[in-house]
Amino acid sequence: MGLLDKQFSDSNIVVAKVDDLINWARLSSIWQLGFGLACCAIEMMAASASNYDFDRFGVMPRNTPRQADAIIISGTVTLKMALRIKRLYEQMPDPKYIISMGSCANCGGPYWDHGYHVLKGVDRVIPVDVYVPGCPPRPEALFEGLLKLQEKIRNESLRKKSA
Amino acid sequence: MKNPEEILELIKFNFPDLEVTIDASLPVESIISIDPLNIHLVAQFLKTNPELMFDSLMSLSGVDDANGEKTKDEEGTEIITGGTLSVYYHLHSTSLKHKITLKASTNREKPGIESVENIWKTADWHEREAYDMFGIIFLNHPDLRRILMPYDWDESYPLRKDYKNPEFYHGMKVPY
Repeated sequence: MGLLDKQFSDSNIVVAKVDDLINWARLSSIWQLGFGLACCAIEMMAASASNYDFDRFGVMPRNTPRQADAIIISGTVTLKMALRIKRLYEQMPDPKYIISMGSCANCGGPYWDHGYHVLKGVDRVIPVDVYVPGCPPRPEALFEGLLKLQEKIRNESLRKKSA
Repeated sequence: MKNPEEILELIKFNFPDLEVTIDASLPVESIISIDPLNIHLVAQFLKTNPELMFDSLMSLSGVDDANGEKTKDEEGTEIITGGTLSVYYHLHSTSLKHKITLKASTNREKPGIESVENIWKTADWHEREAYDMFGIIFLNHPDLRRILMPYDWDESYPLRKDYKNPEFYHGMKVPY
């Protein structure tokens, strides 16, 4: 019995485009860097916990940037921390994705005018894929952001990195 | 238990050369003003005297009094010259259950206040914070570095009333 005979009887061969297959693998197991900054991090942890269960989207925290696919910037980015975030980002292997969570990480939030120590938006140091508004966003809002990121990954191509 | 006036009398009796004043007109607790270069001697006395026993430094905070001469530069930002910076000490005695507030004011241009770190250990980080935010120099402090702002922050102190943010920090734009 050769391989060709079994092709249809056992149905264990899937035909797909390489792009689709790789994108499907990537978007189905986004391992986020275990990294939190402020009150948004509490919501992010709630999203990871059993009530909301981030793991159903394949997201789980990974405690080293070298094995992480995404980083969720969850909280106020101070100037002191911005240098460290940049360094963490540079340590992550490609392809890497960034979700900016909450008003502080998006644009400085309540610290936009008098926050002498706050970076007014994490996109001033690293490229952001998805912005999640809110102060802080509920876990459902973070899920929406993640689904948007998955949608973005689904449309990527090996020939051209779009994210 | 002693009230602020009685504590003031005790300080005056033991430090006859020192100029010590009390401001009792405030709606809050009375504040005793003490010379910044002798504050550590008074603090040591307040902690060890058996009638006072102030064993707990509840808080040490810096204040920019902004009472100097106010001028505007060509961009319209206010600059303060002269005046004072102050440090407030909130003391509590856990055994005798009384409280007192001390104040030490120093020159804003050349601020120097004796450290009380070797009397109350908790003053270590409090004084570093006051230095970080106001630029108050605590004399004889063992490790007077910035505590909240980055170590390589420029020579500016964010909670001073005439503070102006730098335009860039490590290539990152700071203003909105």
